[in-house]
Amino acid sequence: MSVDTGSVPERFEAALADLDVTVTYTDPAGFDRTLERIAREPAVGTSLPFSSVSLPDWVNGEPTPRSLDSAVTGITAASIGIADYGSVVLPATPAGAEQVSLFPDLHVAVLREADIVANMPTAIARLGPELRDGGSAIIATGPSATADMGSLVRGAHGPKDVHVVVLEPSGERDE
Amino acid sequence: MSETDRRAKADRIRRLLETEGDAVEANTLGFNQGRYDSVADLEDYEALKDEARAIKEDAIERLPELIDRVTETVEENGGTVYLADDAADANRYIREVAADREAERLVKSKSMTSEELEINEALERDGVDVVETDLGEWVLQVAAESPSHIVAPAIHKSREEIADLFNERFDPDEPLETAAELTQFARERLGELIADADVGMTGANFITADSGTIALVTSEGNARKSAVVPDTHVAVAGVEKIVPAVEDLAPFIELIGRSGTGQDITSYVSLLTPPVESPVVDFDDPDVAFADRDDDREFHLVLIDNGRMAMREDDQLRETLYCIRCSACANSCANFQSVGGHAFGGETYTGGIATGWEAGVHGQESAAEFNDLCTGCTRCVNACPVNIDIPWLNTVVRDRINRDGDESRFEFVYEELVPDDEPGGVDLQKRLFGNYETLAKLGSATAPVSNWLASLGPARTLLERVAGIDSRRPLPEFERETLRDWYDNRGSRTESADADREVVLYPDTYTNYVDVDRGKAAVRVLEALDVHVRIPDVGESGRAPLSQGMIATAEEQASRVYDALAEHVDADRDVVVIEPSDLAMFRREYEKLLPAGPFERLRDDSYEILEYVYGVLANECDAAGLRSGTDGPPIAYHSHCQQRTLELDRYTRAVFEDLGYDVVESDVECCGMAGSFGYKREYYELSMDVGDRLAEQFTEPETRDRLVVASGTSCEDQLGDLLDREAVHPIQVLDPRARFV
Repeated sequence: MSVDTGSVPERFEAALADLDVTVTYTDPAGFDRTLERIAREPAVGTSLPFSSVSLPDWVNGEPTPRSLDSAVTGITAASIGIADYGSVVLPATPAGAEQVSLFPDLHVAVLREADIVANMPTAIARLGPELRDGGSAIIATGPSATADMGSLVRGAHGPKDVHVVVLEPSGERDE
Repeated sequence: MSETDRRAKADRIRRLLETEGDAVEANTLGFNQGRYDSVADLEDYEALKDEARAIKEDAIERLPELIDRVTETVEENGGTVYLADDAADANRYIREVAADREAERLVKSKSMTSEELEINEALERDGVDVVETDLGEWVLQVAAESPSHIVAPAIHKSREEIADLFNERFDPDEPLETAAELTQFARERLGELIADADVGMTGANFITADSGTIALVTSEGNARKSAVVPDTHVAVAGVEKIVPAVEDLAPFIELIGRSGTGQDITSYVSLLTPPVESPVVDFDDPDVAFADRDDDREFHLVLIDNGRMAMREDDQLRETLYCIRCSACANSCANFQSVGGHAFGGETYTGGIATGWEAGVHGQESAAEFNDLCTGCTRCVNACPVNIDIPWLNTVVRDRINRDGDESRFEFVYEELVPDDEPGGVDLQKRLFGNYETLAKLGSATAPVSNWLASLGPARTLLERVAGIDSRRPLPEFERETLRDWYDNRGSRTESADADREVVLYPDTYTNYVDVDRGKAAVRVLEALDVHVRIPDVGESGRAPLSQGMIATAEEQASRVYDALAEHVDADRDVVVIEPSDLAMFRREYEKLLPAGPFERLRDDSYEILEYVYGVLANECDAAGLRSGTDGPPIAYHSHCQQRTLELDRYTRAVFEDLGYDVVESDVECCGMAGSFGYKREYYELSMDVGDRLAEQFTEPETRDRLVVASGTSCEDQLGDLLDREAVHPIQVLDPRARFV
């Protein structure tokens, strides 16, 4: 967990691998194609607060209770990644990012590489001002799970699968 | 306790061992092992615990100010705060909220605080349909049972039992069988109920005063749904859940999952600052985009006192308020591992720290029933992420219960027999074990007649009926010649002037009167290392009365012990202790029983015997005089629970290793005997059930032919009973005159 091997993104990836969560790296040019490969339709999403990318057309970007209920994939932005734990911080938004990350079976979290921090205290320190400003966020680590029925089962009330898409600045990765 | 009460208690425990024991054992052992593995990955676990402890100490100290602060911030955010005096007050308020919203259904995310209020019953009387959405909690709601664990409420139920329950109750098209099927079924059913709910209720693991944020630690996601799907959110929490700032959450987030279920972190740590900006999920308006909604959410934070502010003023119970409800104390408790929370009683809370909670919020009566299940083994002490001394809380409450006892009973018997400082109401069984030293003195002076008498059927029957000592348990046999007598006659074999070192060997009651052989072995080993030994005239450490909650008597004995040892400590002689539970007194409990100065001096100058041997050998002393692994037998070693809490077990291990012994070590929390516990008729079967986990490890092919070695008196007795093989103390293994193969 706190064993310092590799860079912060490498540790993030290793922690996610332990959680059985796949990470895909992409740059803005490859983003749509990457998403297409990962998501299963019907997909809903909330708008991404990153200047370089936006949700593709085939993703329902204005979810309603009905489309949320029938969606298989939910796509939302993550504001922080925590390398020690493989966690992603999911800010709640008036457009329904909290629900979109929770109801569908597959949650795709889109995260900028620069937003991956090393550890929990750093993430919490960053969240402090946002929460004091009235914001809400979920620190999500892997899929929803329960052991209440006799053995570990994924997808108790939330997603069965989580996929993290790490957005690199353009030109850093050859697709 | 009367014979009838004792029998009823034994019956209840036996029933739980049979019905819930297996499921509880599998789950708690898993959680506990998970905790060991997970905290081992933390770079600085102890520092993190200290940080968490400091935050709670500070928060409870400043609690009135923090309550004001959180009230301000929540109201600034647009929510409402209600400070409820007690359960009735809180329930009245919550019922009003539900009535104002004309709520037909309220969905709940598991919250022990709401169990404390019994809010479900209150709301149901008003016609509100209350639905528990945590899967384990829902199972219990369907089965009409109470939780048996703080974190995993239904751990006492197996998958098969849950499947039977669901199939019978819901009659699904295809019978449910696997955990995945059961989970999917519950998810769909609860999903519909949540979609249709008018109010969502959650607890709060932490509340930050600076932002008004409710932190919820969960893995299923039901707390998130309960809080954001309906337009009204009620969070109920004890006032002690408030911490000053968001930044204070970091150590708790890193500790709580590890401590509870052994996960590095739970799937979700929700940091909700209500009323939240997330849109309401209104399935009656299914085609309105979330982004187009303009919801007017309602949020109520119900902070509950219910005895907590009084606990804050109570110098002993205050520590309970530092508790973060992680359940590590319950999972690490050997008795809990066998019978689970339903055996520990209590109206709401159960296991470990529950005694403090029950005494604080429901009163002593509620804490009393099964407070005795704490054996004082201290395995929970290092498990607690905020360093609460839970066994001490249990002792304090036991003492208070003793003092509330009926003054008139048994007076005629004990006044002559028991020279203690307790009031009249103390149960005779407790008095008997609490005054074990008096019994040992008498038994030794009249041995072997006393042993013969004690072994007779009529005597055992009487002991069982009057004092509740189980007749299936062999009694210790007292030696006519005590260790001190032997040493006084024999004299020292090293000359004080020539010896490199000088120690006083503490003659604990058991070594002095019963297991004299291990005392002799200790003297011979120390002398073989050129240590001059003295055995002073010093009495019982106070462990026996303390274990019965007789604090005044323990205090009296502690001062006498210090008086007798002070001269030696002043002369820079090391105090060496054979019995780990007595060393634990000197190192831990004396802090509560003696003034700071004497406590610190004795603590710093006392050593467990193998710790001392290790130290001498590490100073390059010649080990040639000791029996080494080349002549000695292969060993199956069980260290002692209190010795492990003090992290002293490593010295025995190191000495055996240095001397070339082949050792296999047990890894269970406790042998189950725990001093007087295993002698008590009402607990005999539980004691043996706990012991079975140890016995299993020592009857495997790899261990079954090894010499059984145990550091504690009780462990030796228990292993002897469980295995039909005699167990010896490690010091006897090293004894140059050891007789066994």
